[in-house]
Amino acid sequence: MDNLTELYQEIILDHYRQKHHSGLREPFDVEVGHVNPSCGDELTLRVSVVDDQVVDVSYEAVGCSISQASTSVMTDLVIGQPVAESHQLYQGFLTMIEGQGTVELDEEVYGDAIAFYGVAQFPARVKCAMLGWSALRDALIRVETVTNGDGTVLSRFWDTTVPSPKSQM
Amino acid sequence: MLDLAKIRRDFPVLERQVKGHQLVYLDSANTSQKPTAVIQAMSEFFLTHNANVARAMHTLGTEASEAYESARAKVASFIGAQSSQIIFTKNASEALNLAAYTLSSRLGPGDEVVISVAEHHSNIVPWQMACERTGATLRWFDVDDDGFLDVEKARAQSLINESTKVVSLTAMSNVTGVRFPIAEISAWAHVVGAVMVVDGSQLVPHESVDVAALGADLMAFTGHKMCGPTGIGILWGRYELLESLPPFLSGGEMIEKVTMARTTYAQPPYRFEAGTPPIGEAVGLAAAVDYLTEVGIEEIAAHTTSMTAYALDVLAAIPEVRVLGPSSGDRVAAVSFELADVHPHDVMQVLDARGVAVRGGHHCARPLHERLGVQSSVRMSSYLYTTPEDIDALGNALEDTLVFFSVARGSRG
Repeated sequence: MDNLTELYQEIILDHYRQKHHSGLREPFDVEVGHVNPSCGDELTLRVSVVDDQVVDVSYEAVGCSISQASTSVMTDLVIGQPVAESHQLYQGFLTMIEGQGTVELDEEVYGDAIAFYGVAQFPARVKCAMLGWSALRDALIRVETVTNGDGTVLSRFWDTTVPSPKSQM
Repeated sequence: MLDLAKIRRDFPVLERQVKGHQLVYLDSANTSQKPTAVIQAMSEFFLTHNANVARAMHTLGTEASEAYESARAKVASFIGAQSSQIIFTKNASEALNLAAYTLSSRLGPGDEVVISVAEHHSNIVPWQMACERTGATLRWFDVDDDGFLDVEKARAQSLINESTKVVSLTAMSNVTGVRFPIAEISAWAHVVGAVMVVDGSQLVPHESVDVAALGADLMAFTGHKMCGPTGIGILWGRYELLESLPPFLSGGEMIEKVTMARTTYAQPPYRFEAGTPPIGEAVGLAAAVDYLTEVGIEEIAAHTTSMTAYALDVLAAIPEVRVLGPSSGDRVAAVSFELADVHPHDVMQVLDARGVAVRGGHHCARPLHERLGVQSSVRMSSYLYTTPEDIDALGNALEDTLVFFSVARGSRG
């Protein structure tokens, strides 16, 4: 069971049992829906951005402990961060998760997210750990598109005219 | 009674250790394991006979063509059909796509296609796309809370009527393992002149199927769930129907005569087999048919039914388990269930750490899960090599899972 306890760190199970920032809230700028087709995990995620700061990430999700906990940890990390910093956090987390155990995260920066290093040993679960992060990245790209497109103000609603970034699934 | 010890020796992979435990393979509805006879037949083909079929006239080409056509004949006789009615495809999905694409040449606005809420995605999406292309309307059978086809409700709403052009149903659910009354629905479809398509992917590996008795017009199934290799699926069809259908994929070998202005097409089944077919896979499939026939498909059916019944008993002894579908009888190899509020993906992970292979998710049947009120489930499925010890190992690993995720016992979570 050694690998298993490495995968299911107590921190991960704690987040799973008590998800942080869960529930869909207003106001928000963009809402995205992401799924993990292989296991049926589904996530609706909203972001609110003010002056290039992520002021809120709210979500509603059904899924496994890894995807739920990872989303919970992600909201802890990015809420209050600048958008650019959030993208960097995404990139770092992705590199670690895909690193098959060769990449370590800085605990100072990543906090509880370092507990997901065990997931890197389970390729089948990488998508679970990335579900919330991928949705966040997608949402932030859409917010940027809405704000910077032609200098118009932030759209407060889902804007279907915004081109989709490449799917992370 | 099957000689289980002997059968298990035919499947070397079952000797494997997984994470320090003896492998317990309970995912045969996903793909079955392959007996040595199949692996050797394919290896023998590639080592000594390999060539392309039909277009190679030399000795090896003739041998390969003979092997390929003899596989077609074996598959045909396995389901009580003629060789000319057997089309080899890549998998069951391609077979269903072939059916949906070619039949859509007959569809238009006002026409209706009828499926069920319990279908595998591969018997939903091709029909959705056919309806989008042609303007036809997609309608579907409901199931009752145990997953049985709700024929009464369908009759009451005249689900199949004079507008119905195609009815496409699975013969056995890949989630609940329940059978659907194909002969009855075929008869109803034929009254209104509709074409009856059957997804036999789950049924054919487990029961003796006679296409004449089934009453259908087309049936898709796949090699890899019946001890054969991946990469080969089958579409059986009534010859007159196949003859009236346009080609699906086009290119080499599906033609009669090609000029730069126009092309005439080969007769079935070749009309539907464009390009180099899965030759080595057909050889493997033929060996699988021989193997299943030798063991006896009736004996296999009896064995998987008794393993399923035992699994239902073992699962019933764990109060935190909620089984989807009927709790006894009337179901074949697949049993899907929930374990308290532990997500199926997490259940699967703990089971895998104990060497127990099951599937967690919606098993390509999301609408059925939604209908049964669950987000996803864990599925165990048995086959001719499944032992009562495998089922016991599943039960023990489920108990471990409850402990691992600290589920409060004695409640249903």
